[in-house]
Amino acid sequence: MTSTLLEARKIHCERDDRPLFSGLDLRVSGGELWRIAGPNGAGKTTLLRILAGLNPAFEGELLWQGEPVHRVRTQYQANLLFLGHNAGVSPSLTAYENLAGWQAMRTPAVPEQVMAALSDAGLAGYEDLLAAQLSAGQQRRVALARLYLSSAPLWILDEAFTAVDREAVSQLEALLANRVHAGGAVILTTHHRLELEGVQALTLGEGHDAV
Amino acid sequence: MRSEARVPVSLREQEGGWLRAAFETVRREWLIAFRNRQDLINPLVFFVLIVSLFPLGVSPEPEFLRQAGPGIIWVAALLSILLSLNLLFRNDYADGHLEQWVLSPQPLALLALARVAAVWVTTVLPLVLLVPVLGVMLHLTPAIGLVLVLTLLAGTPVLVLVGAIGAALTVSLRGSGVLLVLIMTPFYVPVLIFGTGAVTAAVEGASIIGHLALLGAMLSLAVVLAPLAIAGALRISVSNG
Repeated sequence: MTSTLLEARKIHCERDDRPLFSGLDLRVSGGELWRIAGPNGAGKTTLLRILAGLNPAFEGELLWQGEPVHRVRTQYQANLLFLGHNAGVSPSLTAYENLAGWQAMRTPAVPEQVMAALSDAGLAGYEDLLAAQLSAGQQRRVALARLYLSSAPLWILDEAFTAVDREAVSQLEALLANRVHAGGAVILTTHHRLELEGVQALTLGEGHDAV
Repeated sequence: MRSEARVPVSLREQEGGWLRAAFETVRREWLIAFRNRQDLINPLVFFVLIVSLFPLGVSPEPEFLRQAGPGIIWVAALLSILLSLNLLFRNDYADGHLEQWVLSPQPLALLALARVAAVWVTTVLPLVLLVPVLGVMLHLTPAIGLVLVLTLLAGTPVLVLVGAIGAALTVSLRGSGVLLVLIMTPFYVPVLIFGTGAVTAAVEGASIIGHLALLGAMLSLAVVLAPLAIAGALRISVSNG
């Protein structure tokens, strides 16, 4: 899968009358890992939300396989996994219910697969605890367990590594590397130093903002 | 954590399964409602208290209660729905579930309809089921009690559907409780008028078909149009996040 999956053309976005970025171009193909870098407030999260189709307040074009995203929204969302700052782990559901419920909104949830994904994410033995009883890092792992169940070619991960321990970060990096190797595309922001090869960087807050 | 994914990368053409997704939406809503039972009891207690304080506050005369009873019950039901609207999407917005919900590859309006239906069953249906008991307390005859329940069954889903539009629009605003109540009240007035109108007609021995038909028309319109508006409002609210 080397064709262009997601393409952004001349994206311009303002926040509070202050241009965040303008004339931003991005082509993401299968097998690529993009890192959006930049200081706090540079608009990293805003850009990721625009790319995920959550934020329509921008000028420019966003294309999924050559078609405008707003016209092929369902198809785009079927091929997208987006993890935001708040990943949607409900405190009144158990780890298992959270993950199985998320999966059932997309494809049929197979209990064995869901259990396996939770144990992959280091939550073996915690499946039936309410998320409210888990630590912040464990709650994050409940959200990250979705990565093991997702067939989506495009992953957009906003600060994916917050709150998880160093060992988990290095394994996540390996997971992303394998994913990219298998033809998936990943766009992420992180303040961690990525120990990965072949990362393409897009730095916000310089060059683009010709204010 | 494992460093290999279990599912291979694959491009999906068209995602089906909206029925499963709608079912999952209902299941999740009921599961969370069951885990937080005390949140369900609040509006119910509020409802019963308003209705039972009226005879004490105004007049315990059976004649007065028979006349004012249906109106009291309707107003109490409307208020308890209005006050619980604020919580409709609040937690889901705060923990980010709303975002994932909007991003699921399913028709959002349909999911919204499933969601509102589930909410109506957990929060409003118990209230309607209490009405026959409260009716006895207010000296309503069984026939009038039945008409009252019928109007509530047709009218309260409209209140929840229309209210959900406002709740979806204001969920990303802080301290939106009063705003939501002020926005929604005018839209609730017609439902209240025709709901109580039917009961008044029944008390006077006139036909209630006209009022019920109008309530039914409002319900049909709301079932078809409100989910679209809720979906649109949710997209706007999520884009603010």
